[in-house]
Amino acid sequence: MPETVIHAENLTKVYQMGDVEVRALRGLTLDVFRGEVVAIMGPSGSGKSTLMNILGCLDHPTEGSYLLDGEEVAPLRDDQLAEIRNRKVGFIFQSFNLLGRQTALSNVELPLRYAGLTEGRREKARQALISVGLETRINHKPTELSGGQQQRVAVARAIVNNPAIIMADEPTGNLDSKVGQEIMDLLLSLNRERGATLIIVTHDPRVAAQCGRVIRIRDGVVDTEMKE
Amino acid sequence: MTLWQTIFEALESLNSNKLRSGLTILGIVIGVAAVIAMLAIGQGAQNSITGSISGIGTNLLFIFSGNDQAELRNVRPLTLQDAQALSDPFAAPSIEAVAPIIQSGSIEVVANGEQTRTTLSGITPSYFVVRNFNVAEGDPINDEHLYGRASVALLGTDVADKLFGRHEGLVGETIRVEGQPFRVIGVMEKNGGSSFGSQDDVVLIPMTTARTRIIRRSTDKVDIIFAKAISADVVPQATEEIAQLLRTRHRSAIGADDFSVLSQQDFLQTVQTILGVFTIFLGGIAAISLLVGGIGIMNIMLVSVAERTREIGLRKALGARKRDILIQFLTESSLLSLIGGLVGIILGWLIAFIVGQIATATGNAFTPAVGWDGILLATLTSTAIGLFFGIYPANRAASLQPVEALRYE
Repeated sequence: MPETVIHAENLTKVYQMGDVEVRALRGLTLDVFRGEVVAIMGPSGSGKSTLMNILGCLDHPTEGSYLLDGEEVAPLRDDQLAEIRNRKVGFIFQSFNLLGRQTALSNVELPLRYAGLTEGRREKARQALISVGLETRINHKPTELSGGQQQRVAVARAIVNNPAIIMADEPTGNLDSKVGQEIMDLLLSLNRERGATLIIVTHDPRVAAQCGRVIRIRDGVVDTEMKE
Repeated sequence: MTLWQTIFEALESLNSNKLRSGLTILGIVIGVAAVIAMLAIGQGAQNSITGSISGIGTNLLFIFSGNDQAELRNVRPLTLQDAQALSDPFAAPSIEAVAPIIQSGSIEVVANGEQTRTTLSGITPSYFVVRNFNVAEGDPINDEHLYGRASVALLGTDVADKLFGRHEGLVGETIRVEGQPFRVIGVMEKNGGSSFGSQDDVVLIPMTTARTRIIRRSTDKVDIIFAKAISADVVPQATEEIAQLLRTRHRSAIGADDFSVLSQQDFLQTVQTILGVFTIFLGGIAAISLLVGGIGIMNIMLVSVAERTREIGLRKALGARKRDILIQFLTESSLLSLIGGLVGIILGWLIAFIVGQIATATGNAFTPAVGWDGILLATLTSTAIGLFFGIYPANRAASLQPVEALRYE
């Protein structure tokens, strides 16, 4: 039996929009195992983004329990969640979200800096950049990089702290299909070589097809789970 | 995060918006520059006034008729007899010498085909002792000149220069004051300016001559009596002795004095009071300017926070705590303000320097003094302003929820 890295049970999220209560998640239960590649799909309004925010420790569930890497995170305060995000979650966004004023290296260093690491930070960041194939672009700023290269920097930033899970939100959404596939290949190779756990939120069936498991969300609960 | 890294990153962020950062700090720059310039000029002025007052001699006392502390009727003028009474060593043991003088208003002096307007003083021989004045060439006015009502004159260097184009070798020349000839018996040493007008732009003649021929007074009235205390330490006793003597002589033992005795200390105090008011006034202006500057910083920091909402969201996603974001923005606002302060110090110093140059060029030697205390105060104040006015925007940034911040377009 493989080790569980995410164990979410009966997750509920209720938003108060003015006078209306919106129930984004209605008792969702989900397990992800270490080393898995999971795609999360679902139409807009299905609660997919809410699920991603909660799994990424960006938001609190209204009810339910969430064990990330063996730690209960649902009742944690904001600053404690920040620490969990820093240590256990790597984020990859659709629009890369790099700091435009800083070099690729500084961008990758950022999570290490918030971790309070002072020694060996530069070297670690450099290694991460090398492992995504950007050894020649280390001191370039994002504006001097192509979209694919920018996303590679973001991938390096996501893996630099050796997180328990990598959350990728439409990682290929802003890229053309060829470059998008390169990023997918990179993510899958990181999964194979480093055993990284990947959770990819996507609309793209071709991306989903490359994942080990596809979870469809509908109306705030898991609709179907397909295994290859 | 190390301090240096934080500062470096803040500088980078400010640098990426040069024009905006520059305009934002303008308020602080102007405020600090005004403070520094005015402090420097004020300090320079104080130094120069204090210097010139001290130059007169610390044990000199001025006695005037009248008293601006009280409303008086029947003010008795000071007279030669008053001066004589004060020079009695038994009645006023703390006084070394007394010099009454009478002064003309602006008066025309002609010589050598040139003419100039100057002040004419009628003096007694003790004048030189009391005021520490010496002749550069020739002889001072002596008792013989006084009793003989001699038509002799001593020239100040400025008057000599204006009339003869030189201030040497003038003994034996003749000048005319209101058409009457006076023989020049000497030229005074150069004394420099003081707060009481130039001591070099003056013609000195015997008091008796002045009273009978130029200023023409039927009474024994004199304008000022200078008194010299035997040392600077006994100035208060000397003041008291003078006051008692004059009260008896003027029969004003009851009620307000109809004369005033001023010492150097009194003048210094007056100057310091005026400069104190000046400083408070400037402080007020500076405070307003700094307040406006601070609000400007707060405003621009709020804009910056709004613009960088996504960046803040990202940083939070990567593990930045509330404190990290708070420090980041506070560093930016205080650095912004600190840079404004430093630029202001340089600008203020430059303004003070230029004012000093202009003053020197127009003949009022005067050196603005920028003190370290002023620089330190300006630096600390400007940093504190940035910190204070940065709190609200930084707190706003730090309180953003990562989910909403990341979603922000």
